[in-house]
Amino acid sequence: MNGEISLLGSLVIFVLAILVGFEVISKVPATLHTPLMSGANSIHGIVLIGGMIIAATASDLLGYLLAAIAVVFGAMNVVGGYVVTDRMLQMFRKRPATPKADPGKEA
Amino acid sequence: MSSETLDSIVILVGVLAASCFVIGLHYMNSPATARTGNRISAAGMSVAVVVTFLALVAREGGLSSEGLIIIVGGFLVGGAAGLFLALRVAMTAMPQLVSLFNAVGGGAAALVALFDYGHVVGTPEEDVSTAIFVVLGVVIGSVTFAGSLIASGKLQGLISGKPIAIPGGQVTTAVLGIVAIAGTLVLVLGAGESPILDLSSEVKILALLVIFAASLTFGVTMVLPIGGADMPVVISLLNSFTGTAAAMSGFVLESPLLIIAGALVGAAGGILTKLMADAMNRSLLNIMVGGFGGGEGTQAAMASEGGTVREVGVDDAAIQLAYAQNVIVVPGYGLAVAQAQHAVRELGDILEARGVNVSYAIHPVAGRMPGHMNVLLAEANVPYPQLKEMEDINPEFPRCDVALVIGANDVTNPVARTDPSSPIYGMPILDVDEAKSIIVIKRSMGRGYAGIDNTLYTNPKTGMLFADAKHGLEELIGAVKAL
Repeated sequence: MNGEISLLGSLVIFVLAILVGFEVISKVPATLHTPLMSGANSIHGIVLIGGMIIAATASDLLGYLLAAIAVVFGAMNVVGGYVVTDRMLQMFRKRPATPKADPGKEA
Repeated sequence: MSSETLDSIVILVGVLAASCFVIGLHYMNSPATARTGNRISAAGMSVAVVVTFLALVAREGGLSSEGLIIIVGGFLVGGAAGLFLALRVAMTAMPQLVSLFNAVGGGAAALVALFDYGHVVGTPEEDVSTAIFVVLGVVIGSVTFAGSLIASGKLQGLISGKPIAIPGGQVTTAVLGIVAIAGTLVLVLGAGESPILDLSSEVKILALLVIFAASLTFGVTMVLPIGGADMPVVISLLNSFTGTAAAMSGFVLESPLLIIAGALVGAAGGILTKLMADAMNRSLLNIMVGGFGGGEGTQAAMASEGGTVREVGVDDAAIQLAYAQNVIVVPGYGLAVAQAQHAVRELGDILEARGVNVSYAIHPVAGRMPGHMNVLLAEANVPYPQLKEMEDINPEFPRCDVALVIGANDVTNPVARTDPSSPIYGMPILDVDEAKSIIVIKRSMGRGYAGIDNTLYTNPKTGMLFADAKHGLEELIGAVKAL
């Protein structure tokens, strides 16, 4: 159907993706852990695509219902997740430095 | 277009989207590039969704009108709901929203696996590996769905933040586990061309529904006994679960993109969960067994043996702060609860205008999630260079004239360094006790969620300012202005 690959190929991809995830994520500073959790949260909204695929396969009322709920849930996860992460990160900006009477110390 | 060409396009776009996710996460290394990272990730997601949709329309047989309505209509409904919530939520309520998005993601993964099983059962496609991945997808997805809803309800205050004992406790858990394992055996042994158990499709679907129900129940009974203060760790764990569930539905649908994205998130949630549990010096098992963290409102009185407590008035505190050279603010859970982040920023601004150096010491688990305090302070326009992580700020405390502790308790307790018999011994803490003087804004002498006395409060250098974080800060602001 949609770009099928073998079971073994899938397992290889799965393991490598986990390792990449560990490697990329373990470098993120604690400051950004909450946005990161939220950002990762939006990525698992990819399950929306799963919902779309089953919506295309469904052929009876129950199937339509399951697919519809899955698509609604997935879309909520994706759209809401990215927007709320963006809102959070938008606030991590530098303010023009306020003049300080005691220079020399870190700003 | 031939179906082979279509498959190739879908796979290649999947690789592109997966790369965007990895690069996006990588850009989250630094506050300066984090927003770009999130947008790269979102762009990858958009391309993947659009191309999948086009491929479904263009493939042989095309997309049925019902399918089209479900996909477009469902996307609009779900997307609008997500957009509305994301734009409207207050930043302090953000952890429960993340938990809610987690819930729907897990729910969607469970439904995809359920549907797929109903679709392949009784056909040659129903082999042992499919049965295993379907069960994993349904179990992990539905545990996440139910568990995240409960976690979200606890944080929102819809369900009591206190640990709720489950009748039968571990027996209930064990029974649910046995039911799920039995159901799994039925599906696995009944799968394949020459199954060990020759069962009808109806029986197998029934078994899957039983597993589904048991997993939903387990999600509820898993999270209910855990205290509100531990919810961040639980949400992080469930986030990891949802990723894994998405990867399982990727195996079921044989979609590499779902597998990669799900595995990435599974790893992310796993790392975060471990970091958080480490910062609290607690094992994950300890947290999941529950009943430890009473969350907010533990009002036990302080034992009298600990020495005397010196109270400090608002005016005295204001003078100390206004004439200090270096002030370190230590914000904690109490500040988040009182929503005092704007007040603390205002106090910081006034002090800076008077020439005081102000920085903020952020413990990794301050607030309700790792980094949550940074978000709250960033929302209040505190410039992020002033936010210092624990390792960076600890050497600064001996040089600091006044440490202002606002609603932080256990993360400042010196017994974590000094008393091996203490339950929090070994937990990394902020070395507030090394400051030249200390002001603690706190509502009462109540204990933190670890339920132990804080020797910082009986330190002769410490003055206690008993007030709600927001109220106390507003009084301080007024007093400093009046100087």
